Amino acid sequence: MIEFNFAVVLAQWPMLLHGLGLTAALTAASALLGSVLGTACAWARLHGSATLKWLVGAYVELVRNTPFIIQLFFIFFGLPSLGVRLSVEVACVLSMVLNLGAYACEIIRAGLQATGRGQIEAAMSLALTPWQIFSRVVLPPALARIWPALVSQIIIVMLGSAVCGQISAEEMSQAANLISSRTFRSFESYIVVTLAYLALAVVLRQLLNWLGPRFIFVSR
Amino acid sequence: MKFKAFSTLAGLFASVALLCAAPAHADDSLTSILAKKSIALGVASDFPPYGYMGPDFKLTGVDVATAQLIADKLGVKAEFVPVSTPNRIPYLQTKKIDLIVSALGKNAEREKVIDFTVAYAPFFQAVFGPKSLSIKSFADLAGKTIAVTRGTIQDDVLQQMAPPTLKTMRFEDDATTVAAFISQQTQLLATGAAVAAAAIQKNPQVQAEYKLLLKDSPNFIGVRKGETALLNRVNEILRAAKADGTLEAYSQKWLGRGTGVLPD
Repeated sequence: MIEFNFAVVLAQWPMLLHGLGLTAALTAASALLGSVLGTACAWARLHGSATLKWLVGAYVELVRNTPFIIQLFFIFFGLPSLGVRLSVEVACVLSMVLNLGAYACEIIRAGLQATGRGQIEAAMSLALTPWQIFSRVVLPPALARIWPALVSQIIIVMLGSAVCGQISAEEMSQAANLISSRTFRSFESYIVVTLAYLALAVVLRQLLNWLGPRFIFVSR
Repeated sequence: MKFKAFSTLAGLFASVALLCAAPAHADDSLTSILAKKSIALGVASDFPPYGYMGPDFKLTGVDVATAQLIADKLGVKAEFVPVSTPNRIPYLQTKKIDLIVSALGKNAEREKVIDFTVAYAPFFQAVFGPKSLSIKSFADLAGKTIAVTRGTIQDDVLQQMAPPTLKTMRFEDDATTVAAFISQQTQLLATGAAVAAAAIQKNPQVQAEYKLLLKDSPNFIGVRKGETALLNRVNEILRAAKADGTLEAYSQKWLGRGTGVLPD
């Protein structure tokens, strides 16, 4: 029977806490910036010029059809040969933003396309500018429609941040790796971190589902 | 019929007796080497800077040079046999080679099956960095960034000895660690001598060189068990080479550092 020794792993709580903090920070930054990027790209795919549509389309297809770890390695190890050297944290956030942006673009575009024609016509007849129509009439209900899908994608990106340990970012899964290679207690390290990810995902989902209807797509 | 049964039984007893006999360790390698005027030397062919193919497709490196020295001093022709870590001891035991000269470290399990000469070259983990950066002691590491593979000896030594302002970036394997250093995401690299040599060879634009020693674990030459004549002769040659500075010169040429104290 395997003997568990969680005390040794939990004694490294500063490292685990630091990892949790970094994972949360990476997720917060990339969720915000990635959603904004996704919205902008969704708008571009629907209302942009032909060139813009093509460019955004190419970006979305490239990011959605390649693994996240490859995108991360490309940004961290590949860009320096073009003279662009990014720090570990910036490389992580950039990769996560670009990744979420592509998926969010498609999710939000689906929400936007489901807008009833009547809504837009009514807004135009009230002499609203195109920007006002988009930001006040079309976008909020669209977001309300696709909110569960977008929240899921944000959680997926949060869990995907575990890959960032590969470029030495000291987030939660890297904390587990380091603890297990020092204490040789792999089972216990990874159980603790799995539970932490689970808790973080649940909290994040609850937070976003609370935040959405109140601040982002205020639905009366 | 009776005779046949008797002879079969006798034959069986004889073969069992032979198998049970303690294996006779012949001590005749040295004489046969000198007689046939050539010595078979097991070297690494893909492990720079110890044994590797030079640009002219000839084997070169610290180990190869030392092996050639031994052959020259014995007055025989050197026959290099490329070996790998798993097959070198079996090759020695089955007489395919007479000496193992291929970054061989000494440990208790190996001592049970082969004999070791005195040490002839250092094998080490160290910090490597660009020529423009001056690192002479652990204190000079303060405020720098270094790439190291997680959970290795280098990782442990750095944790114990390096100043806290050194930013240690830990990667999963040698390949990613070296990639981080070559792409200049970190200023320094901490790894084994062989890995660093291969990386520096393939990436001359980084201008990296040896900086600071982390741990030493020298190379020994492997000899078949019981070959005391050959062992003593090789030890003589190595001790003389140590005394007259030849081993030191080899170490400086290929490893960029002195031999340090080589244990007997």
